[in-house]
Amino acid sequence: MTKHKMVVVGAGPAGLAAALEASKNGIDDIIILERDKYLGGILPQCIHNGFGLEYFGEELTGPEYADRFMRDIDQAGIEVLTETMVLNINQDKLITALNKTKGVLKIKAETIILAMGCRERTREKIQIPGDRPAGILSAGTAQRYTNIEGFIPGKEVMILGSGDIGLIMARRMKLEGADVKAVLEIMPFSSGLVRNKVQCLDDFDIPLKLQHTITRIEGKKRLKRVEISKVDKDFNPIKGTQKWINCDTLLLSVGLIPENELSKAMNLKLHPATGGVYVNENRETELKGVYACGNVLHVHDLVDWVSEEAEIAGRSAAEYLNKNQEKRDLPIKITPNKNLTYTVPQKIEYKFKDKKFIKIYLRVEKPMENVKIVFSHNEKSMLSYDKKIVMPGEMVTVNLPVALIKKNMEEIKLSIVEKVGEKNGRT
Amino acid sequence: MEEHDIICTGCPKGCQVTIKTEGDKITDIYGYECPTGKEYAINEFKNPTRILPTTVKVEDGEFPLVPVKTAAPIPKSDLIKAMNFIAEKTVKAPIEIGDILIENILNTGVDVVATRNIKKESEV
Amino acid sequence: MMRIIIIGAGVIGTAIARELSRYEIDIVLLEKTADVANGTSKANSGIIHAGYNADFDTLKGKLNVKSNPVFDKLCADLKVPFKRIGSYVVGFNEQDLKELKKKKENGEKNGLGDLEIIGQKQLISQEPNINKKAKYALYAPGAAIISPYELTIAYANNAVINGVQLLLNTEVNDLISDDGQIKGVKTNQGEIKGDFVINAAGLYSDKIARMAEDNFKIKPRKGEYHLFDKEYGDLVNHILFPMPTKKSKGILVLPTVHGNILIGPNANTIDDKDDLSTTSKGLNKVLNGAKRLIPEIPEKGVITSFSGLRAALSSEDFHIDFSENLVGLINIIGIQSPGLSSAPAISDMVVEMFKNYSLRENYELQLKKDFKEKNSKLPHYYEYEDKGKLDDWQKIVEKHEDYGEIICRCEHVSRGEIIDAINAPVPAQTIDAIKRRTRASSGRCQAGFCGPRLLQILADQLNIDPLEVSKKGSGSQILRARSKQLILEKIKEDKRAGDQ
Repeated sequence: MTKHKMVVVGAGPAGLAAALEASKNGIDDIIILERDKYLGGILPQCIHNGFGLEYFGEELTGPEYADRFMRDIDQAGIEVLTETMVLNINQDKLITALNKTKGVLKIKAETIILAMGCRERTREKIQIPGDRPAGILSAGTAQRYTNIEGFIPGKEVMILGSGDIGLIMARRMKLEGADVKAVLEIMPFSSGLVRNKVQCLDDFDIPLKLQHTITRIEGKKRLKRVEISKVDKDFNPIKGTQKWINCDTLLLSVGLIPENELSKAMNLKLHPATGGVYVNENRETELKGVYACGNVLHVHDLVDWVSEEAEIAGRSAAEYLNKNQEKRDLPIKITPNKNLTYTVPQKIEYKFKDKKFIKIYLRVEKPMENVKIVFSHNEKSMLSYDKKIVMPGEMVTVNLPVALIKKNMEEIKLSIVEKVGEKNGRT
Repeated sequence: MEEHDIICTGCPKGCQVTIKTEGDKITDIYGYECPTGKEYAINEFKNPTRILPTTVKVEDGEFPLVPVKTAAPIPKSDLIKAMNFIAEKTVKAPIEIGDILIENILNTGVDVVATRNIKKESEV
Repeated sequence: MMRIIIIGAGVIGTAIARELSRYEIDIVLLEKTADVANGTSKANSGIIHAGYNADFDTLKGKLNVKSNPVFDKLCADLKVPFKRIGSYVVGFNEQDLKELKKKKENGEKNGLGDLEIIGQKQLISQEPNINKKAKYALYAPGAAIISPYELTIAYANNAVINGVQLLLNTEVNDLISDDGQIKGVKTNQGEIKGDFVINAAGLYSDKIARMAEDNFKIKPRKGEYHLFDKEYGDLVNHILFPMPTKKSKGILVLPTVHGNILIGPNANTIDDKDDLSTTSKGLNKVLNGAKRLIPEIPEKGVITSFSGLRAALSSEDFHIDFSENLVGLINIIGIQSPGLSSAPAISDMVVEMFKNYSLRENYELQLKKDFKEKNSKLPHYYEYEDKGKLDDWQKIVEKHEDYGEIICRCEHVSRGEIIDAINAPVPAQTIDAIKRRTRASSGRCQAGFCGPRLLQILADQLNIDPLEVSKKGSGSQILRARSKQLILEKIKEDKRAGDQ
């Protein structure tokens, strides 16, 4: 059995940033365990632009963004074990992993950073009935084949789901010579960026069918065709709108699920809205010394915020190791009100020391325009932010200055309200 | 008189901006809700350009493909031609981020650069 | 030496092949698809029934009861997961209680001595999640769960180790006979001579029988299932049956040997024997049926759904008999529930029938001296993990590093295990074949992570182009082209069109 001050599970953007931040804060015994052959997590296959505008002030592709952190990891001399799968973690922070060179690894960690990312929702999970042919795969797996492995998984492609992954893959497949028939979206709006809708679909005349889904799959060996249907506001297929579309490939972009098997192994509860564990402002879980960040905590849309969040986790883990933390007398619960799906963190537990503000990440339930995001305590407004437009597909971040947080506060409520006819600006 | 609809990608609002033209001249433009929208729509109408991210085949590399991008936007109308041109190319490992793999593609003045380090297969 | 041709490598065909391979005789096992267990044997409830259900004067009743006790040793020898967890048939009122008592009587007539009728209190204490309106249950401790395709694969592996020749992708088109005596079969891969033919072709056994002018008609009856995440593995502790009908045993809720929960099947007669599609109507029926037993069925816990076809005969009993028209042919038709449960006794019965036949033909059947009763135990990481024996796994990795690389993250399957499956006596040559042998790609991400890795391993091990790797045989290849290939093909085409 080996011992480490910090074990990071996953060398994607979250794991890398957390490890680096911990290292900058004086922790010199860090090991990152990564299951793939290479570092970067999902980024190396995200060959499109759109990463780093916030974090680096530059627009980068996925692999370029990952490389910035990989170079720093190299320079900092942080140990990384690749092709190493973490199979279990128990409540004593004992990690069981497996790789070819060392076999079964038993690692006792003082702190753990959970950065396992997400898996994709499957056709089986959303229960599309029909045959089970070859040619049905998740958009991310198709992306891996197309951008890393060197293969084209389909010639006549239908895509279910208009989130960014679905939109990006529509363009990618089209550019690589496939015929992309349509992108279907069950909601009345697309959750992807407008830029992606324009540059991935409109540029190539790929139709976007809102309020549509797939109701049947046909093909005994290879996919032959899919039945599409319009849906009503309750997502039920509308009789008479069924149409068959011939295709040999169906890509599913129907949601990401934080991959928390290891968190469950530690008996950590999962938040029903985020799919990740509960954390305080340090990204610390209910198990002291265990932190979570990135997509495994809640699904992000900008990798820049993943890095920022991971730095919070890395820094806090360093503070924990350096015994440089003091708890508040009472934790403060952060409660999202109606129209808000969730907040991360869900509570504030530590004294602020040099912190100036706490950044709250949140998601709204539906698209809204001209809104106020309000922090309140005991029905009294503490602070509010104006936003021109908010959408479920774009995570919102708001800063809560610590100066506004009083000693005896036990709950801070977050609400979002539509306002009428006011200009932008903080109130 | 022609009407052209352009969706602004400046912010999540995605305002639909309409540009009216007579021949080559823009006679009217409306639908934007901020100055960015107006500027974007005019540029997009006059000369739509795009950054092209794709891959190039690799020889002797630890991976069969290297991800690349055009170092700057190229005319939208050149995208498919550029993909065709790139499809016939193979580059040899090792490759470093920023390496110019195709110079001045299709005479656009824009290079195609590598966005990932690819080691030689024999050195992995 | 006499040669026996067995048509169909489902659980019945492979069981018969294995039992016959105890003897010095030439055996050829033909399977039309790319793998064994590709028909009903891979898509059923995976239950070894206790034997109270079928009437005692039917073949179903007799052979089920005869087979049930042999599974412990059989599965230990063949290395097949098997758990004798017991079953409850659940009743809700006094009318149900009457029926349960009748079933108990029938079971006792069949020779079962351990059946019990229990009341609500005991039922709820044994199954805390059961519908609280349930009042009575027939408890059968002899019922068990098994992996039906792993059993079939194990039978097949053992048969091959013991000299059986397995020919996959070989479909019988006609029987060859001379003067009313079987002489062989015609297949899509050519003619195969044989002295005796055993028709174990499942859904298509009526088609084979009709080649001998034995008139049978199988009506496929579809049954759909939902499989739940292992997270919900504690939902039930036993196999739960509702009150049975004439058509089927109803929609069940049961654990699987690997810790998932399975619900289903419904029962719907269809026409197309190749129609394995699930339907939203059927899947909803299954969900609602299961809710009657377990109201809190976690619908969001479904990780996959599938359907299987019962090979139903109008007589609703097994037909295991010599052909009426051709000498040297045995037809095995209508093997639906409890077919899997009865496989050992069915194979024994067929062996006896063949023995009698060979005696009449003055052929002396000798037992092999070196018959290998047991399959070798292949290492599976998840088994070592479950038993807390990781120090032993360490030793395995030190011998072969491939056992140190996890390929399937959800089910914890190593590269070494996948390579073992590809190199087994009955080799896995497709993604689905690997899934059935190792569990890789059967977990919650359904090959999202391991898919590309499995593809690469198959291409490497079988020495084929990755473009040829298939999900379930020819026509189901995973990939369509190499990178840039579609673009280059279009350039060529455009050029050609331009040149014209």
